[in-house]
Amino acid sequence: MKNSDEVMVLKGFIKYYGKRIIWYVITLVVAVFLNFLLPRLMPGDPVKALAIQATQGVTDPSVQQKMIEQYTREFGLDKSMPEQLVIYVGKLFQGDLGVSLGQYPRTVADILGSSVGWSLALQIPALFVGWILGNGLGAVAAYLRKGMDTVVLPIFMFISNIPAFGLAFILIYLFNVKWGIAPSGGGYAFNLIPAFTPEFIGSVLQHYQMPFWTMVLIAIGGQAIGMRSMSIYELNADYVKYSRFLGIKDGKIITYVFRNAMLPQITGLAMSFGTSIGGNLVAEMVYSYPGIGSTMFKAISTRDYPLLSGCTLMITIMVLIANLVVEVLYGVIDPRVKAAQMESE
Amino acid sequence: MLHQLKQAFTNPKFLVGFVLFMLMLLISLIYPLLSAFEPLDMVTTGFTAPGTYVSIADVANSDGIGMNVDASAGRLASVLKDEDREKMKDWMVRFGGVAEGDIDLSDTEALLEKWQATYDPAVPQKGLRNADKQAFVRLDKDIKAATNSDGLILAAKGEDGLEEVKTIAGNTYVRTGDVVSKIVMPLGADNFGADVMTKLTSSIAVSLRIGLLAGVIATLIGLTIGLLSGFLGGWVDNFLTFLTNIFTVIPSFVILILIANAISGTARSPMLVGLIIGLTAWPWTARSVRSQVLSLRNRDHVSLSKLSGHSLPRIILQDILPYVASYVVMALILQISSGILAEAQLSMLGLGPDTTTTVTLGIMMNWAQKFSAVLGGAWWAFVPVVISVAIITFSLNLMNTGLDQVFNPQLRD
Repeated sequence: MKNSDEVMVLKGFIKYYGKRIIWYVITLVVAVFLNFLLPRLMPGDPVKALAIQATQGVTDPSVQQKMIEQYTREFGLDKSMPEQLVIYVGKLFQGDLGVSLGQYPRTVADILGSSVGWSLALQIPALFVGWILGNGLGAVAAYLRKGMDTVVLPIFMFISNIPAFGLAFILIYLFNVKWGIAPSGGGYAFNLIPAFTPEFIGSVLQHYQMPFWTMVLIAIGGQAIGMRSMSIYELNADYVKYSRFLGIKDGKIITYVFRNAMLPQITGLAMSFGTSIGGNLVAEMVYSYPGIGSTMFKAISTRDYPLLSGCTLMITIMVLIANLVVEVLYGVIDPRVKAAQMESE
Repeated sequence: MLHQLKQAFTNPKFLVGFVLFMLMLLISLIYPLLSAFEPLDMVTTGFTAPGTYVSIADVANSDGIGMNVDASAGRLASVLKDEDREKMKDWMVRFGGVAEGDIDLSDTEALLEKWQATYDPAVPQKGLRNADKQAFVRLDKDIKAATNSDGLILAAKGEDGLEEVKTIAGNTYVRTGDVVSKIVMPLGADNFGADVMTKLTSSIAVSLRIGLLAGVIATLIGLTIGLLSGFLGGWVDNFLTFLTNIFTVIPSFVILILIANAISGTARSPMLVGLIIGLTAWPWTARSVRSQVLSLRNRDHVSLSKLSGHSLPRIILQDILPYVASYVVMALILQISSGILAEAQLSMLGLGPDTTTTVTLGIMMNWAQKFSAVLGGAWWAFVPVVISVAIITFSLNLMNTGLDQVFNPQLRD
C-alpha cells in the first residue's frame, strides 16, 4: 500500500516538473527568438557598417565591396528572415554560435566556453554566501531589534543600493590604490599561464577576493530586509505564542521561526540572481575579471555582434537554469508546494 | 488618498527617504543654475583635485600685508615628507660622512642644518642612479625654496630683458577674498577638465528624468496588463500571464542590451534610453497588480457594478483602480529606482545615451572607468557619483518600505 502511494507521489512529481520543464523550454525558445530578432531590427545596414570599419584606410572600393559580400554571406543576410532563423536555430543545435568578429578567427562558442566558468565560479558562490549572511543578519535583526534595526541593517541597506560596479570602483580605490593590499583586477597575475600549480591557484584566489566580496556585500542588504520582515511576521504567529505559552525554550522556537521564514527566501534566491546579474556582470568588467561580463563589454566595444548575441543567450540560459533549480529545490523542501503539485493533478 | 498621504508622512522611513530624495532633487535643480560653468565646459585640462583655485598672477600683483608669522615651517612640512627625511639621512650617511647616530629625523631644524652643511651635488655618489641623483637635486631645491625668507623678486619682460616689478617678502599674505580670479571646484575636475560638481548635479537631473520616464512607462504597461489579465480572466489572462512569466524569467538586462545595441549611438537620446528601459521593466508590476486585482475581482461592490451593467472601463477605473492605487505608487517608486540603475548599467557598457550632448550618472562612471580615474587616484571623479546613485536609490527604497508599512498594517512594528 505504502509502496504504491510512493509511486503515485513520484508520478505526480514527474508530471509536475515535466510541465515546468516544458514551460522553461518555451521560455528559452522565446529568448532565442528575441536574440535572433532584436539585433536584426537595427535600422541601417550593419554589415556595411562593419565592412567599412574593417576596411578603414583601404581606398579600393572593390575590396570594400568584397568585404561586404563576404560578411553578408557569413551572416547569411542575403537570405530571407525565416530562412535565416532556420539556419540560426540549426547551427545553435550544433553548438555553433558563429565566429567572433573582434577576436577573429576564434569561435564564439570557444570564447564563451573559456569565460562562462569564471563567471559561474564567481557569481554562484557570491550569491549563496550573500544569501546566507543576509538571512542570518535579517533573522538576528528580527529577534534582537534595537541596535541591529537602527544601525547595522540600515548600513547594509545602503550598501545594497550602491550599484555593484560603483562599489567595485570604491573597493579598488581603497584596497589597491590607497592601501596596496589587493590586485586591481584580472583573474590572475599577468605573468602566469593558467595551470594547476599552487602558484597559479594562489593568484586566482587572491584576484577572486574583491569581486567576490563586492557581490556578497551588495546581496546582504536585500536578503536581510526580506528575512527580517518574514521573521517578524512569523514571530507574531499563533504557533509561536502558543509555544511560548507551553514553555518551550526560546532557542527551539527560533529554529521553527527560522525554518518557516526561510522558505519564501529561497524564491528570493532565484529572483536575486536574475536581478543582480546585470550589475554583477558590469562589476566583472570593472575588475577586468575574465568572465562573461568582460567578454560582453569587449563584444559591445568592438561591435562584435555574434559574440554579443552569444553572451546574451548564455546569460539567459544561466538565469533560466538557476530558476528551474530553485523551483525544484523549493518543491522538495516545502511540503505545501508538494501538496499544491498533487492538487494540480 | 489625502489621508493616506498624511499618514505616509508620519512614517519615519518614508520621511527620511522623502527628505533625502528632495535634497538630491533640489541640488540637481539649483546647483547648475548657480555654477559658473556649463556641465560640459572644459574648465581645466585633465583630472584636477577638489578645491578653490586662485590666480597666481592675481596674488602676485595684489598688495599683501606683512604678518609676523614665519611661513617657512608650513612650507617645509609640505616639502619634507617622512620618506624624504629618510632619503636625506641615507645620503648624508653614505656620501656626507655623517654618523648615523647624529641624525635625528624628528628634529627638522637640526636635520636641515646638517643637510645644508653636507649636501653637495658635486660629491661623487657611487651606486646611485642618475635619476636618484637628480631627485636629490630637486629635493635640495625644494628645501631651499621653502626655507627662503628673503622673498621673491617679481619681474616682467621689458625692452632690455627682465625688469624688476616688485619684491615680495617671505612673510607677505593676501586676503583670499581680495583675489579676484578664483575658480571654486568643490569636487575638482574630471578627465575632460570639466567641473565635477556641475557635471554631477546636472547628470543627477538627467538620470532622474530617465528614471521617471522609465518608471512611468513600465508602470503604465504593467498596470494595463495586470488589470486586464486579473479582471478579464479566461484566455486573456492565460495569455498575458504566460507573457509576463516569460519576461520575468528572461533577464530584462539582456533584452535591454539587445535593443540598445541595435540603435546607433548618436540616436540614443536620454529620453529614448528611458523609453527602452521602461519597455523592458514592466513584468514585475504586471505580476503584482494582477494578484491584487484577482483578490478584488469578486468583491461585492465590483459584482454590484457588473450587475448594474456598468462598462468595463468604468468598473476598472471606479471600482478597481482606487484599491490598487497604493500598490501602483509603490511599484512606480521602485521602477524609478531600478530605471536609474539600469541606465547606469547600460552606460557602463557603452550603450547609454549619446555622450556628446548630455551627461548622466552612468556616463560619468563610464568615463571614470575609461580614463582610469580609479587607478589614477582621482577619487573625486567617481566617489561622489557612486554615492549619489546610492543615495537616490536608497531614498526611493526607503520611501517604498515606508509606504509598505503604511498600507500593510501587518508589517508595522
